[in-house]
Amino acid sequence: MSELLLTNGRIIDPANNVDAVGDVLVRDGKIVAIGDVKAAKPNPEQTIDVQGLIVAPGLIDMHVHLREPGDEEEETIASGAAAALAGGFTSIACMPNTDPAIDNEATVDFVYRQAARAKQANVFPVGAITKGRKGEELAEIGQMVRGGAVAFSDDGDGVQNPAVMLRALKYAAMFDKPLLQHCQDNALAGKGCMNAGYLATVLGLPGISPLAEELMLYRDIQLAKQAKARYHAQHVSTAGSATLVAQAKNAGLSITAEVTPHHLLLTDDNCKDYDPNYKMNPPLRTADDIAALRRAVADGVIDCLVTDHAPHLRSEKELEFLYAPCGIIGLDCAVGLYVKALIEPKVIEWPRLIAMMTVNPARILGLKKGTLTPGADADITLIDPSCRWTVDVEQFRSKSRNCPYHGWELTGRAVATIVAGDVRFELGD
Amino acid sequence: MPYNATPSAANRADRFIWRRKHLLGLRDLSREELLHVLDTAEGFKEISTRSIKKAPPLRGKVVVNLFFEDSTRTRNSFTLAANRLSADVLEFTATGSSISKGETLRDTARNLEAMGIDIVVIRHSAAGAPHLLSRCIDAAIVNAGDGQHEHPTQGLLDIFTIRELRGDLKGLKVAIVGDIAHSRVARSNIWGLHKLGAEVILVGPPTLMPASVEKLPVTVCHDFDAVIPEVDVMNMLRVQFERIGSTVFPSGREYSRLFGLTMDRLKRARKDVLVMHPGPVNRGMEIESEVADGPNSTILRQVSNGLAIRMAVLFLVNQAAALKEGTDKTP
Repeated sequence: MSELLLTNGRIIDPANNVDAVGDVLVRDGKIVAIGDVKAAKPNPEQTIDVQGLIVAPGLIDMHVHLREPGDEEEETIASGAAAALAGGFTSIACMPNTDPAIDNEATVDFVYRQAARAKQANVFPVGAITKGRKGEELAEIGQMVRGGAVAFSDDGDGVQNPAVMLRALKYAAMFDKPLLQHCQDNALAGKGCMNAGYLATVLGLPGISPLAEELMLYRDIQLAKQAKARYHAQHVSTAGSATLVAQAKNAGLSITAEVTPHHLLLTDDNCKDYDPNYKMNPPLRTADDIAALRRAVADGVIDCLVTDHAPHLRSEKELEFLYAPCGIIGLDCAVGLYVKALIEPKVIEWPRLIAMMTVNPARILGLKKGTLTPGADADITLIDPSCRWTVDVEQFRSKSRNCPYHGWELTGRAVATIVAGDVRFELGD
Repeated sequence: MPYNATPSAANRADRFIWRRKHLLGLRDLSREELLHVLDTAEGFKEISTRSIKKAPPLRGKVVVNLFFEDSTRTRNSFTLAANRLSADVLEFTATGSSISKGETLRDTARNLEAMGIDIVVIRHSAAGAPHLLSRCIDAAIVNAGDGQHEHPTQGLLDIFTIRELRGDLKGLKVAIVGDIAHSRVARSNIWGLHKLGAEVILVGPPTLMPASVEKLPVTVCHDFDAVIPEVDVMNMLRVQFERIGSTVFPSGREYSRLFGLTMDRLKRARKDVLVMHPGPVNRGMEIESEVADGPNSTILRQVSNGLAIRMAVLFLVNQAAALKEGTDKTP
């Protein structure tokens, strides 16, 4: 019997509406008691004084790319899960745009086995909606559910054909699994590589109009309504998308949404020097979009915070902006970025931030995680909310370095990450 | 300053110190810098009239023509310009993007740099490729056209030609007609003309206008016939079939009906209107042959002036590079 006692921390467990100073007792990988733990007769092998720290349920990032199988030079399941721990995440959901795609039970199982071998953060595979992510035929969703896929997405691409999407929604609803959509109408987006606007015109780069995202989101909301299915909009980037999600929620539909740090912090202005570290899909938008997305976070329209951690080789990100791949990594520094985007400007406070990174994604994915309820897995993140630090990509545990935040001064970071009672990451290790 | 022909230009050029090691776009240049290139080019134009068309300022320097896109006139113009300044010229041709070759642009450039080069003239299908180069190698970079971004020497030679024939840009009305959205020539012209006080009118269908065009320092008109009588210059862009990809206008026939410069339209223009074209001309599409070859056409003059402009640009970036080296070595 192994026991761990965390004393005098600020316990924030949004699932139980807890925000109070107290202790947390962990026994055999499960939460035993929180607050006053005397009744549980603690006999800890290890006691950590966590005064001044936030004791949160283990953070969950439901949108990361681990590149394995296929592009292990960029990231592996082990390195990505290690980066997750360093960022305070005890669980991550990985997208199926690997090579080959995670579109069958065997590959789903492969992800679980690699994650188990790595023994870092928990990794939950998201299966592809269509075979090979081609948007044509349904993948074996039922088989993948049996293998443990937690949701389905063709992320990297949206499902373009509305008939296919409607079928997928109906089919996944049978298993009560959500579809996560990368909303982008490819015909409208064309060869765009940044936000369509004045700067794209000045730089001579083809643009992606906000409409490319909003049209598909609008379409999908109608389809999800018809299919009575659960639908989750990935990385929403525009003010219009926030409005659409709000309307769908008001209409009582099972629509949820996520937002990334970069869509809350960076604008298309950052593309002015053609630095591919600012090339994302969806692209960085405008200050007005940032304001609207932050408001949507404050209003509860957006449910979770995700990094869209997207590792790429340095040599690829050193290509011409037009030809460089989209995406940046973010697991290692996420917490500080959210503080900068949401807490410092007083958009929300810590309990909401934690909820958006724990219980909310857990509910969407149907994970029995994201809470400190006694009996739950002892996945815990210790956060120092006042720790000031400078982002240094060379210290990242990810294998990749494509991150525009290098050199940023941030406040707040995870100082220890505990998975099933096992302290797997400690800052300064 | 032996390279300046007119006394006033020479005076201005003497007072100004050019510090720009790279010419990436006209949007970056100040009015003074623009005038300085034009003034310097005036001096170089004279060299082309000599029996021995050569001057020594780039002797011992290596200029690389790094062309990733097909080009005849721009490349020849740069080659000749570098030759006239006594530079050694290395011609590098790679069709398609750097990716299709399997070597990245950065690797290509660093390999060339290892051979000892001073100036890279780059033509590339991706906007920003010259910026990328300027970050990864030490040589001076001259943008010879990058994607849909800019073609600064084309903009300069267009402006040089207008100034040569009209004296001053200020207050002139210049129509740029055609595919603005995909045109680097249009962008360079817009910035240069605007900074020198000309009024720019963009003419073309909405499908060939870029996003947020209203934020550019221009006015937009979709009716060519409405602007013809009032403009001093008509710059007829090449309709870039190769760049557009999808169909943005119904047919060539319809395009030339709406936006082509015909003799009929020319008759309604000012008598002294300048008809410009960056070449190569699609005869019968954006411009009728009779107009292209007629007395208002500046097409060949533009080509001649291009040489002077490119000599000036190579001369200036080399000068700035030398200046920079000097400062870098100062403790």
